[in-house]
Amino acid sequence: MKIVVAVKRVIDYNVKIRVKSDGSGVDTGNVKMAMNPFDEIAVEEAIRLKEKGKASEVVAVTIGPAKATDILHNALAMGADRGLLVETDDKIEPLAAAKILMSIVIEEQADLVLVGKQAIDDDCNQTGQMLAGLLGWPQGTFASRLVVGEKTAGVSREIDGGSQVVALKMPCVITTDLGLNEPRYLSVPKIIAARKKPIETRSLANFPVDLTPRVKTISVGEPAPRQPGEILRSPIELAVRLKNDLGAL
Amino acid sequence: MRLLVLADHDNRSLASTTARVVGAVQSIATEIDILVAGEGVESVAAQAAKLQGVNKVLAADASHYKYQLAEEMAALIVPLMEHYDGLIAAATNNGKNILPRVAALLDVAQVSDAQAIIAADTFERPIYAGNAIEMVQTSDDKLVLTLRPAAFAPVSGGGSAEITKIPAQPAVGISGVTGQELSRSGRPELTAARIVVAGGRGIGSRENFKRLEQFADRLGAAIGASRAAVDAGFISNDFQIGQTGKIIAPDLYIAVGISGAIQHLAGIRDSRIIVAINKDPEAPIFQIADYGLVGDFLKLLPQLETALDKAGLLPPYTRAGRH
Repeated sequence: MKIVVAVKRVIDYNVKIRVKSDGSGVDTGNVKMAMNPFDEIAVEEAIRLKEKGKASEVVAVTIGPAKATDILHNALAMGADRGLLVETDDKIEPLAAAKILMSIVIEEQADLVLVGKQAIDDDCNQTGQMLAGLLGWPQGTFASRLVVGEKTAGVSREIDGGSQVVALKMPCVITTDLGLNEPRYLSVPKIIAARKKPIETRSLANFPVDLTPRVKTISVGEPAPRQPGEILRSPIELAVRLKNDLGAL
Repeated sequence: MRLLVLADHDNRSLASTTARVVGAVQSIATEIDILVAGEGVESVAAQAAKLQGVNKVLAADASHYKYQLAEEMAALIVPLMEHYDGLIAAATNNGKNILPRVAALLDVAQVSDAQAIIAADTFERPIYAGNAIEMVQTSDDKLVLTLRPAAFAPVSGGGSAEITKIPAQPAVGISGVTGQELSRSGRPELTAARIVVAGGRGIGSRENFKRLEQFADRLGAAIGASRAAVDAGFISNDFQIGQTGKIIAPDLYIAVGISGAIQHLAGIRDSRIIVAINKDPEAPIFQIADYGLVGDFLKLLPQLETALDKAGLLPPYTRAGRH
């Protein structure tokens, strides 16, 4: 079984983002970048499947600038076998990303696609579902547990007000959520050893995908600021304020 | 615009999110129809028909719609979209699961998680976990949109829309449900709770975290945690609040022993009232909290519990003992 795992380079989750003063977007210059945390969970899950002998090969794919090879190196250090960068400096919308990934999945003859449930930059939560739709494959979104068999995959997933286990016919697309696993720690020797693993770079122009933007960003602004609060002297004072503000809890 | 709204329901009752979606799109719609797909959905369809401003309820009843699996729902919705200019759903797990699949099959982009409707093609939505707000304009001829239900007022009942049964599509049959658990009792769900109590590294131990959970139970609140508390092993990461965890917007959020890392603040920003309890007066959480208490939470929580009880703020059933 071959697994394609799709990863995205985003601003590190620990960085406080800055909105550009001209309202054109979020400042990504000189900011620490990292693999999207949900994608890291997808990589970890793919590698665990390989370690269990269920997967024969794990291919990590990203679409982004040349620097996005950083996160491919990380995926390889975690245990992926090879990397593929589809190079572009343009902003790629989820629908276009899904189309690019579809052609890679078909070319690779992958049996399983793992991808984070959403990227923490645009917060779209779309690419996995779109890819599954385009491929005509079933989708296991927001997965917190994955059991892969030969013909089916069992996926525990979050639903509104509870959880659900679905059985999906293989091949399928899984989008990964927090509870699925804890990504492994990367040691320096592993990172260095992984430098020998192959990363292929392809130009986006090689993909027969219409990249015309469908959604235009008109402006980006700061959220409304919260009013400054106050330190109270006692729990009694707090209870009085809460009663005032909320009525009955 | 003729809009189709996807109903959230559990085959018995219509979720309150659907009334909010109908309320949200009234300004841009000439006609609003609601799609209720499920198994045995007559009652849900009747509830949807009562929402003000709804033109028609489409009811699709078949066993393969029981769980509203995305594969089956997309096969049902895509042909219907010939008659509509847009498909709208709440940004619930249900909407988030189904709509992108439909959008891809219609070859249109989706706008996710809108919190304001500026025009029929222009929306405001949070990015970077709400640390920035972007205004976007779509150019597709059909709109596929999910909305943050909490950001919009619901329409009232009392309407009487027509209910039309529509034929089911043949089952796609590539997915099925083998088990489902709805947490109807016990603690409320983190993302839907009116009150959330969360702990951070400052809680100190798993035992102390249990004390916090008891406090949450007294308030009828959901329990949550910062990433630091999860990393320290106090509670599992299902309860993590923040950019990489759950984004919450309760009426009251009480952060205990949470310093307020950026990625945590991103998950609580839209809470109505934020209370912080921390022994460090310099903790960043106090900069965004409405009210703060400085001190040892092990001492402060029992005092607060008593004070809330005296103020009549605790749910009565907890006084009688719920366990």
